[in-house]
Amino acid sequence: MVCLAIDSRADIRPCPRAVYGVMADLLRRVAEQADLAAFRELYRTYGPRVKAYMMRQGADAATAEDLAQETLLTVWRRASLYVEDKGSAATWIFAIARNMRIDRLRREVPWQQLPENRNEQPSTETPPDEALSEKERRERVRAALAQLPPEQHEVVTLSYIDGLSHGEIAARLGLPLGTVKSRMRIAYQRIRTTLEDLK
Amino acid sequence: MTITHHLDDATLMSFAAGALPAALSAVAAAHADMCPRCRREIAAMERLGAAVMANLSPVAFERPEPLQPMPVSAGALDRPHHAARTGGGEIPRPIAGLVSGGLDAVAWRRLGPGVWDHRLPLTGAGKLRLLRVAPRRNVPEHGHGGTELTLVLRGSFHDEMGRYSRGDVAEIDETLAHQPVTDAGGDCICLIASEKPERFHGLIARLLQPFQDR
Repeated sequence: MVCLAIDSRADIRPCPRAVYGVMADLLRRVAEQADLAAFRELYRTYGPRVKAYMMRQGADAATAEDLAQETLLTVWRRASLYVEDKGSAATWIFAIARNMRIDRLRREVPWQQLPENRNEQPSTETPPDEALSEKERRERVRAALAQLPPEQHEVVTLSYIDGLSHGEIAARLGLPLGTVKSRMRIAYQRIRTTLEDLK
Repeated sequence: MTITHHLDDATLMSFAAGALPAALSAVAAAHADMCPRCRREIAAMERLGAAVMANLSPVAFERPEPLQPMPVSAGALDRPHHAARTGGGEIPRPIAGLVSGGLDAVAWRRLGPGVWDHRLPLTGAGKLRLLRVAPRRNVPEHGHGGTELTLVLRGSFHDEMGRYSRGDVAEIDETLAHQPVTDAGGDCICLIASEKPERFHGLIARLLQPFQDR
């Protein structure tokens, strides 16, 4: 990868709720026009968070930075495959980072498909959250997440961010496996309920 | 194909999070390939993942930002998934690359009367295999240590929870005991992942027990 310095540290952009719709626009500009300025916005917003994610998964800072850069460059390279109705920009970047982590840090094959590869057959039933705009959905998810009781938030974080299996979470917290699973389920149901309320 | 037994939400979440052990992930991916309902759940759970990641405190890059993003070396994300792109027919796409030739060309290993298995290569935690059981026989008892996922690819079996046909997935962990029995008709072929491979060896003995009519 060739990097040309323009400043020594990318400034870190906030990731406020209002930014989410903007992010999809940026990704579209990257996809349609190979818009470098748009890419840099994405890079500055998500790069340092993907780096934080990789570090939480056990990577040292240098490796985490490599993987975060590579994640964002994958976004650049594959932007044309991004389809908005298959997920938000943030979700797509999360999925790329997740698969990158499985491949590079775990040395395993990612079984998870990226949203772009998912073959969606037309569904007869309308998913409850389809009526929402991506931005509304995302805001609701964030709000619901913030309202989870600490013990549910904890298992969600250990799973998504620390990458621990249910068994590993149970061992770390000294809880029965069934308790870990039920906390995960309840956390998701709460968030799902919030989404459905908006229907 | 009407799927009535889905993956547990906690398992789907762990899969979406990229935290599910590899063998279980393979079965989850195979089930999701057959199940629009679980695909929708996974998509929602990935949105949750994006929100959780966005909440992380960012860690500033030390190195300069690339002025011009250059093509990176073709990485894993560009490699074709195990998955064949086109329909594997009976074989779910995520594992199509592991079962080339279809279920009738599998080199089965006989474990006992009416029971065969075939180990599938896997990188990562757990054990993945196909299990073929003749009609009206006990399927090896699962559980007692870690999670085990059983996805029906052909035929059907039943247990206390109901009947499992093609596309259905049975999820067993240490909190459950069950005794599945294959249905009359043809052989039942399942894709089975166990989180703790050592448990499987204990099951072989059970297979050799006389068939108990139920």
